[in-house]
This record gives sequence, C-alpha cells and structure tokens, in this order.
Amino acid sequence: MLTLTCPYCGIAAEETELQPGGEAHLKRFGPGSTDEEFEAYLFARKNPKGVHFERWRHAYGCGKWFMAARDTATLQVFGTYSAQTPHPTPEIVAAIRAHRPDWQPDWTEAPADTPAESLNA
Amino acid sequence: MPASASSSTGRYSVFAIAKEAMRLHTGWKRAWASPEPKKKYQVVIVGAGGHGLATAYYLGKNYGITDVAVIEKGWLGGGNTGRNTTIIRSNYLQDPSAAIYDKALKLYENLSQDLNYNIMFSPRGLLMLAQTEHEVRGYKRTVYANQLQGVATEWVSPKRIKDMLPIINIDGPRYPVLGGLYQERGGTARHDAVAWGYARACSAMGMHIIQNCEVTGIETANGQVRAVNTGKGRIECDKLALIAAGHSSVLAEMAGFRLPIESLALQALVSEPIKPCCDIVIMANTVHGYLSQSDKGEMVIGGGTDGFNNYTQRGSWHHVEETVRALIETFPMLSRLKMLRQWGGIVDMTGDRSPILSATPVGNIFVNCGWGTGGFKAIPGSGWAMAELVAKGQPGPLAADFGLNRFVEGRFIDESVAAGVAH
Repeated sequence: MLTLTCPYCGIAAEETELQPGGEAHLKRFGPGSTDEEFEAYLFARKNPKGVHFERWRHAYGCGKWFMAARDTATLQVFGTYSAQTPHPTPEIVAAIRAHRPDWQPDWTEAPADTPAESLNA
Repeated sequence: MPASASSSTGRYSVFAIAKEAMRLHTGWKRAWASPEPKKKYQVVIVGAGGHGLATAYYLGKNYGITDVAVIEKGWLGGGNTGRNTTIIRSNYLQDPSAAIYDKALKLYENLSQDLNYNIMFSPRGLLMLAQTEHEVRGYKRTVYANQLQGVATEWVSPKRIKDMLPIINIDGPRYPVLGGLYQERGGTARHDAVAWGYARACSAMGMHIIQNCEVTGIETANGQVRAVNTGKGRIECDKLALIAAGHSSVLAEMAGFRLPIESLALQALVSEPIKPCCDIVIMANTVHGYLSQSDKGEMVIGGGTDGFNNYTQRGSWHHVEETVRALIETFPMLSRLKMLRQWGGIVDMTGDRSPILSATPVGNIFVNCGWGTGGFKAIPGSGWAMAELVAKGQPGPLAADFGLNRFVEGRFIDESVAAGVAH
C-alpha cells in the first residue's frame, strides 16, 4: 500500500487515509486569460511516465493539503513537502537526483523566489 | 496477399477443420504475419490493441487504404484489450455516446462473420442495478433518452431482477436493489479474439503488424508529422494515428503537445470456476463493482480505479477489498469463492470521462484515446469512426463531438453513468 508522510503532522499515512488531488504546481488562469490558457489550466496534464509531482490531502488525519514527488512507472516515493511552495523544494530535487541522476527539472527558478509567507498572505 | 490467405486454411470453416483433421492439423498457418517494417507507410498506427487494429481494418475495408503499419511496443492485444471485463453495452445518456457505442454494438453483432473469426459475442443481457434513489432517477432518465436514441433498454423491477438472477439479494440492508436498467442486446465477447480477429483480417489485406517495436520519438517538420523513430528503426508516414490508451500522454509529449488525460490503474479479478449461476452481466455502480460469469465458469469481477497517476499495471489492494466487500452484500454466495487471479490495466481518463477522437495541433497526427474504464465495448465503433477521421482528415458524424476542441469550448459529453467506473 502506498504510504506518504504528511509534512504537517509527521504521520506516515496509508493510502486509505489520504485523498489524491492530481498534478501539483498548476499555474492558475482565470478571467482575462485566453481560452487556450484556461483550458490548459483546467484539463491539460503532464501525466508523465516517471517523476510526478502531485497534490494529496491528509483527509482522515490533519486535513491539510501537501505535495508528494513520486515515480509513476515504479511507484517509488521520493518525498513529501509543504504545499506553500511554487516549485518542488531543493531537498526534493536532491532526493530525486539521488535515484535518477539524469532527471532534469522542467521549471526555472524565479530569480527572487517567492517566500512562502507572501503566498499565505 | 500473404500466403496464409490463399492457402487451404485461409478461411476458417467447418470444412477447413475437417480437412485439417484428415492431415493431423499440420496445415494451419499463423493467423497474421510478422514482417520487418518498411521504410515508409501511408498510415502508421501506434498501438496494436483492439482500437488500433479496428482502425486499421476499417481503413482497409471502408477506404481501401492498405499501406498501413500497426506498431506495438509489447504484444498484440496485451494492454487493456486483454485486461478488461469484456462487457459490451450501449445504454448511454448523451446522444454522441449512444451513437458511437451503439454503432460498436451493432458491428459486434456481426463481427464473427465479418472477420471470419469467432469472437464469441454473447448478447446475454446487461443489467445495471439501481441501489439508491438517485440511481433510480438517473437510470429511468437514461431509459427515456435511449428510447429517443433508438437504443432498446427498459426499466425493470426488483422482483423481475430476482427472477432473472436468483443469486442476488435484493433486500439490502445497506444497498437494497430498487430496480435496474436492462439492455437485452448487451453482453460480453472474448477480448483476445477481438484483437486476434482484427489482426488476422488486417494481415490478410497486406497490412503490417509489427510487435515488440516501441516508439521512441516522433519527427515533425513545419507542423506536420514526418516519421516515427522506433526500436526497429525510423519509419516514415504520411499520417500517424496514436491509439495507445494509457500511454497516449507519453506519445503526445514526443509530438510536442499535451492531452487532457491522466493515466490511472483499474483492476479486475476472477474467481475459481463454478457451475452456471449468473447468465447476465451485472453492473452495480453505487458499490463500484461489476460481475459476469465466463464460459469457463469463473466469476469475472471489475472494480474501481485508483485515484493517483500510475503506469505500473498494478493497483491498490484496498480497491479490491472495497469491490469485493460491496459485492458480497448483494451477492452473498460470492463470499464462499476463492479468487484465482487479479490484475490491473492503465486507463486513460479525460476530464469529462468521454473519449477523444481528434486531429491534433500537429498536422496529420490523429489521436484516439480517453476511453477510460470502458473502451472494450467501443472497439468496432471507435475503429470505424477513427478510420474515417484518418482517411478524410475530418471527423465524420460519429467522431465529430469527440474532438479535443470540446475542452476549449466547454462542450463536454458529460455522462452521468460515467462516474469514473463501469463506463
């Protein structure tokens, strides 16, 4: 059974305790965006065979949303991390690289990375 | 024409069996050829499952296009075509769904004769149980819609369900059977035989079926497809059809676009064989389980999908537990059965749980995917509609509503019966 450690309450939660929430780090497009951007935000998914970043909710625990890095081809879990980050954290990237040296992130770090506090505001 | 088509055993019949019996069955030929790929084909189809092979077959039969290669990374019919619970029905609420699934059902009815290959189509009747008040209203609405669509279905009472199926417990207490949606023409077929029959017919038309040939890249130039790179070399093509179910997103990424698809594991299991006790197909969507009895006597049970992206063809155990736990309340005798085998397939789920038959952002690349948890029943209709799309470059009436543009336009084909399970 899939086991993910909730980064908030620290509990190693079994799959039946968790609610899957799909691809993580989607950029939100709303009113004022083009039809194509809005469609991509709502429906288009990377759906990779390999490293996948996804949202989970500790539904039958603390109730909080968090992120997980997982390999969809092997079911290996690389780690979980806070949802208050625009990209996977450096620790997660390092954990993935430890197992997949050739893996490349497909995002570019913003020059001044948005601090988590401002996202919560 | 390959040699097998012109030999004495090219056409299967009772006379062929008798003739072969006289010579100790030494004259049977392979059902399809395994050629090396050519440098170029008019049409390359990626995926030799039911949908890919059916598309190839109707390209040849309906449009005379036989310069076709069907390439497959594993073995023919080894993906979802060989992993489903073989249910065939067309009792859908929305008109576009009813049209393509009923086309498929009508083609299934004569497919054994058409292909000269026994696909063991068994229209034993299909019953969808209503176990909540919401389902009662939903299925009655579907019955009315089906009458307008010309698809024969009826609403049946709990008493009649008990008469049809003595092993059922209609009293609940948690999930009482309140009635059902019955489609007399629904049933099952032998899933492998569907793939094998289409493959044999395609091979006889001179098409190439190339197994163990994984696509590693898709070459495009000026927004048009040029070729596919495979484990067996580069293959040029005028048109490319991607019909790879759970791996559609991987192929789309090679061609440089994204699909509104997520790949999930869906599981099924079979019991030990028992004497005949269930001569219709049962679907119980509230409890996420469906059930039929195979010709060998095994109870074939399908369950729900996992909720997370997965390419491993292994699902989570607790879904098996949930499925079986719910089914044994409605079918108490199942609790005494041992389960023989359990397996998973990777299903391609779209945002509205309806399929995609569409042109793509790349010229002359077409996709047929998104059949999710219910692709087997659609194979002949899907191939028929996809062949038209590939041959003409424009969708015909069956495929028109299933284009990718529906996600931009918000024109979804939202099946109420398509709850991500038993679709």
